[in-house]
Amino acid sequence: MSQTSIDPRSLRAPPKRPIKLSWSDERVRGIFWQVVVVGIVVSMVWWLWSNTVHNLEVRRIATGFGFLGREAGLPIAESLIDYNPTNSYLRALMVGLLNTLKVAVVGIILATVFGTLIGIARLSKNWVLRTLSATYVEVIRDLPLLLQLLFWYAILQGLPGPRQALHPAEGVFLSNRGLKLPWIQWEGAHSLALVAFLLGLVATIMYRRQALAKQIADGVPRAVWPVALVCLVALPLAAWAALGAPFTPDIPALRGFNFQGGLTLSPEYFALLAGLVMYTAGFIAEIVRAGIQAVPNGQREAAQALGLRPGAVLRLVVLPQALRVIVPPMTSQYLNITKNSSLAVAIGYQDIVSIANTTLNQTGQAIEGIAIIMLVYLTISLSISGFMNWYNARIALVER
Amino acid sequence: MLAFGQHFRRALGALALLGAAALPGQAQAQQAPANTLDAIRARGAVICGVNTGLAGFAQPDSQGVWRGFDIDYCRSIAAAIFGDASKVRYVPTTAQSRFTALQSGEVDVLFRNTTWTLSRDTSLGLDFPAVNFYDGQGFMVKKSAGVTSASQLNGATICVQPGTTTEQNLTDWARANRIQFTPVVIERLEEVVAAYVAGRCDAYTTDASGLAATRSAQPKPDDHVILPEVISKEPLGPAVRQGDARFADIVRWSHYAVLVAEELNITAATADQALASDQRPEALRLLGKTGDLGKMLGLDNAWALHIIKAVGNYGEIFARHLAPIGLQRARSPNAMYTQGGLQYAPPFR
Repeated sequence: MSQTSIDPRSLRAPPKRPIKLSWSDERVRGIFWQVVVVGIVVSMVWWLWSNTVHNLEVRRIATGFGFLGREAGLPIAESLIDYNPTNSYLRALMVGLLNTLKVAVVGIILATVFGTLIGIARLSKNWVLRTLSATYVEVIRDLPLLLQLLFWYAILQGLPGPRQALHPAEGVFLSNRGLKLPWIQWEGAHSLALVAFLLGLVATIMYRRQALAKQIADGVPRAVWPVALVCLVALPLAAWAALGAPFTPDIPALRGFNFQGGLTLSPEYFALLAGLVMYTAGFIAEIVRAGIQAVPNGQREAAQALGLRPGAVLRLVVLPQALRVIVPPMTSQYLNITKNSSLAVAIGYQDIVSIANTTLNQTGQAIEGIAIIMLVYLTISLSISGFMNWYNARIALVER
Repeated sequence: MLAFGQHFRRALGALALLGAAALPGQAQAQQAPANTLDAIRARGAVICGVNTGLAGFAQPDSQGVWRGFDIDYCRSIAAAIFGDASKVRYVPTTAQSRFTALQSGEVDVLFRNTTWTLSRDTSLGLDFPAVNFYDGQGFMVKKSAGVTSASQLNGATICVQPGTTTEQNLTDWARANRIQFTPVVIERLEEVVAAYVAGRCDAYTTDASGLAATRSAQPKPDDHVILPEVISKEPLGPAVRQGDARFADIVRWSHYAVLVAEELNITAATADQALASDQRPEALRLLGKTGDLGKMLGLDNAWALHIIKAVGNYGEIFARHLAPIGLQRARSPNAMYTQGGLQYAPPFR
């Protein structure tokens, strides 16, 4: 090894010296304090834990997660998976988790769309649009969410009963039992078509990427739509037809007390979703507005000077830069939607908190119940922020 | 906003349990005293866990004074221990916070229309010393629905409060009778009743006593019908912490004292007179004139006299609080055993 091959940066590093086992060595002091802090934290946790276990034992309060396998016996109104009261607590909690995800995922998508539209409307040149959206943001943001949920729920309860249900179209009923829509008898063929559609979506996106890369290389634009048509329409249709193209309409009809059949949107779910979306959209609108306004005007003018059309200016120049400002605070709003969905208990939507609370009360195992709720929210929230951080890193300014 | 308060209280209750359970041995002695009677004496008051507001059982009146069936039982414990029924502090508890409140020592005794079940008795660290009200779960529907029997409820939407035995009884009953129903599960009593009244549900189910209380609170009670079927056994009674047999004895025998007073026809008004002139041996023992029954409980011998003077006998308590909300005592399990009911006290000797 010759002298020249040594990385010049290593010369700038402080000279290595052996650790002296002395209080005057700052590294020894550093290690000492770190050991002390870790020791305190670990012993605190251990102390809390052992005392809890000991005192629960002294009071003969049942502990452990054995109750998860027991029969739940609690009724659940809406569920994405098959459930009946003879199932276990674990299954009931799964239903609750899926109900939470159902409201959180749909809520995040709708709030993003709705909030973005309002945010853009606030920057509109149209006075009415601008003022309306500004009023919306100011009013909605300032009312407590719980109040809004109760408001929506009260409004939905004011709808007529099932016998006097509003009936705007064939098979559509709106009553205080919720919105009933015609649907189809779901069969294996439909699931297969759905899978085919999702695969087609992935294929289309990959094709579009390749097409774009080739266009950048040789300048020849390539049409994506024929591939999209095949992947997104023809492929699912073929999958559906291959299994005999089953199609049995499931039209809701009033039988006895209630509507039977069809697709139901319950008042509880709708009130929760509407409340969460409207409330969060107010915040998202402001984030979007801030993001767009953060892009210097010169960027827009430069893009226009290059001859880009207004749509292209927004899509290619303004939004990519605005997103860098928008994404981090947006993550917080997504987390808020997820966590605020726990207010569902107030209006009778059976989310994870509702079901875990009932479980907690029926089994008397408060610590385990609360631990499950915390674990669920922590997992969902960490997943959301993990995804958003990844997305943020992807769209961040590439520094060279 | 109240709903939020409730969540908050519940969260606090759970945290209190976590906190109390996590405290070291010495602090624990203060949190959940092994000797409840001594702790009550030292404090100078009984802390009684009650409902947040249920007509007839526990509800503050227009002056903010708690009144009701459960409240009178709280007062009877204070009368037995201090000879003064006013030495009670009330802690309103929700269906969900009640057991943690008792476990953590926040309250001494729970009089909160709580159903005695095997799993609660064994796995919650609680004891149920007595049954002071035999209840059963029923259904209430609107008169306009034209329903006369619970068996006609197939396909109905039913409002129910979560986290109670009510919810489990409902599913048991539906399974046994092959009835399909859609639940609407709302935690707060006011909200669940509002949902039923607004027509969100076809029926509302809870204990018959709760149905009667809710019905009587409606602007037009006659628009609502309580269906004849009773689908469960709900023995309601006090709960105390497990492992303090002495205090459990006091709670148990305070209930028996009001029953025996009714058997002997001694009322709040006639107690003093009975003390002066009643010559029946059991009356003399009950009122503390002969025998040392009070001392055996660790109390004053006049303990039962104090109870009767403060709240009267069982029949008086029932007539004062439960008859006004429309609950029948005659021919119900709450009648005395001599009249075909289940209320029966072991002998005072």
